[in-house]
Amino acid sequence: MQKTQVRLFSALIAGAALLAACGSSSTSGSGATSAPTTAKGTDTTVASTTGGGGGVKCSGIKLAFIGALSGDNGNLGKNMVNGAKIAIDAFNAKNPDCQVGFDTSYDSQGDPAQATPLADKIVNDASIIGLIGPGFSGESKATMPKFEAANLPMITPGATNAKLSTNGWKMFHRILANDDKQAPGVVTLIQNTIKATKVGVIDDASDYGKGLADAVRKGLGAADVANAQIDPKAADFSAAVQAMKAANVDTIFYGGYYAEAAKLVKQVRDAGLTAKFVSGDGSLDKGFVDNGGAATDGAYLTATGAPADVNADFQAAFNKAYGTDPALYSPEAYDCASVFLAGIAAGKVTRKDLADFVSAYDAPGITKQIKFDATGEPVGSAVYYSVVEGGKIVAKGLIK
Amino acid sequence: MSFHTLVSQFWPSTVNGLVLGSIYALIALGYTLVYGVLRLINFANSEVFMFSAFGSFIAIDILGIPDRLKGGGDPYKTGWELIGVLAFMLLVSLIVGGASAVMLERVAYRPLRRRNAPRLVFLISAIGASFAMSEAVGEWGAKKRQDYALARILQTKRLFTIFGADVRNTYLIVVIGSLVMMGILVLFVNRSRVGRGIRAVAQDMETARLMGVNVDMIILITFLVGGLMAGAAAFFFEIYNGSARYSLGFELGVKAFTAAVLGGIGNIKGALLGGLLLGVIENWGSSLFGSNQKMGTVTAFVVLVLVLMLRPNGLLGESMGRSRA
Repeated sequence: MQKTQVRLFSALIAGAALLAACGSSSTSGSGATSAPTTAKGTDTTVASTTGGGGGVKCSGIKLAFIGALSGDNGNLGKNMVNGAKIAIDAFNAKNPDCQVGFDTSYDSQGDPAQATPLADKIVNDASIIGLIGPGFSGESKATMPKFEAANLPMITPGATNAKLSTNGWKMFHRILANDDKQAPGVVTLIQNTIKATKVGVIDDASDYGKGLADAVRKGLGAADVANAQIDPKAADFSAAVQAMKAANVDTIFYGGYYAEAAKLVKQVRDAGLTAKFVSGDGSLDKGFVDNGGAATDGAYLTATGAPADVNADFQAAFNKAYGTDPALYSPEAYDCASVFLAGIAAGKVTRKDLADFVSAYDAPGITKQIKFDATGEPVGSAVYYSVVEGGKIVAKGLIK
Repeated sequence: MSFHTLVSQFWPSTVNGLVLGSIYALIALGYTLVYGVLRLINFANSEVFMFSAFGSFIAIDILGIPDRLKGGGDPYKTGWELIGVLAFMLLVSLIVGGASAVMLERVAYRPLRRRNAPRLVFLISAIGASFAMSEAVGEWGAKKRQDYALARILQTKRLFTIFGADVRNTYLIVVIGSLVMMGILVLFVNRSRVGRGIRAVAQDMETARLMGVNVDMIILITFLVGGLMAGAAAFFFEIYNGSARYSLGFELGVKAFTAAVLGGIGNIKGALLGGLLLGVIENWGSSLFGSNQKMGTVTAFVVLVLVLMLRPNGLLGESMGRSRA
């Protein structure tokens, strides 16, 4: 190389090194990367449940969220972040000496492959003492070993695969009932409310979808006359639809997420099938109705997640901050954040202390009495359901 | 393995397979034409298809058909209005398809041809163009990476049944329409002057140039025609399925390219055969494994490998360049 080239090259290297050094020092301890909307003026009973009488002191600590903030099912992750922010913003407003950051930059799109490297980043950021999430079951399964090894306490507001709590993970906590509890609710709905005799079950081969569908299949027993599995990446599900048609089912249960559920229900109706369509909490989203259109009318959607009006104060605060009603998992994420914030208010600002605090927690949240058993599951359960009527998802209360 | 499902669902599987297979065939034509002429695998052809699918959405917006999916109000059209709307959708899809294919050639491949770049560099450019196009829609599209749902214009109706399998109006539109488009293409390549130029360049680019064929123009037209086929495929896909998203190209493109190879890459009739065959085999495979769609894909690829082991040039072999006496 010639002299001028060497000089230019070294100048570039030096410049790049300088930029990298500046860049890294500004990202650590910068706190919340959250969107500008804060829940101001939420000094209602909602704020008081987030703990802290205004005298809490802390510094340089953060909570984080990992989940689907974009991609096919990004609405669900956004719901969780929004719910958690209500709690965190209220806490920070009440405790000027303790500003808890909320790092929402870990967007895994709900994909276990994307979540794994993000989990490493979370674990290595020492200022993160509590994790809300992961949002989905597949990514929880993939990343839990890392959080367990780092003693980072987590509470998931939406991962419902029942097997997650059977791995002996001490850091694992779940705020809502798992699919093993949702499935019996689905079966009860199909048998008592819909009174179906011939049911077809379709799943999307994902940890969540297949897990829920298999549990429903077991519960239905002989009433399950047709089964199919779709590839969520495909656009055309005619194989599954024709299996349902061939068995002449009067009800179809789909285990999976809302993007595919919308396409599936459209194709089911196109095939001339009038079977009732039932799906789980992965489909309980506006995206289901928006993309499915008229085909979604009359669809039943179950969830272990609480409906929008489970707590009037929370609903009001949410509407004030975001202009819409709370969506699926927002109340759960609020409760997750509240647990962590109560720990911070009680002076637990290291990962280990916070983990012990969460495991021993026993207090009312807005969705239920929050208490975790030894495996991290919530004590008690309830399954809600909604029906799509005229393009809107209408909550119908608990399944009886 | 569930032979019972395969047998009981044989006719519905076959019918569905033929419909989706026709769409694969049209996209496969884009791959096969460009390969025949340039020996280049235009990976971005699937993204041309995806762009054209959004053309249907653009057409609906231009016509001001309100997106009344919410509240269950789907605006079905009838009679002349319906034909007009469909024709406009087809036109817009064709324009978007042709235009994006030509742009692609100009931006991703021509500069490389000017510099006599090695074959591998074209391939990398193709893959890069494919990612660039799909990510552009994913990042800057109105719905980013979420699904788009097309407003319902055409009401699906069952017209008749074949051995118990439903045949709907949309199926007929797709299959007959695809066959018509392919027929036009075959006539174009075999009977027209430009078509003769394409066959000449496919046979031997240098000699064609010496014979006075404007090679650059022929290459442009080849891409244009491939793009038009992808545009037609997109229109038929929207009639049949009615949804789109940024990754639509990747999902269907892999299958379509497989179909092209199965039938014989570089062979137009091979693309047709490969497409239809792949669609049907996919559905049969899915039924065979108890209505498992992923196993259907596995079956299709296993069949491809077996065929290539026995006939490395595909079922019908490569023939666009060979002279016919």
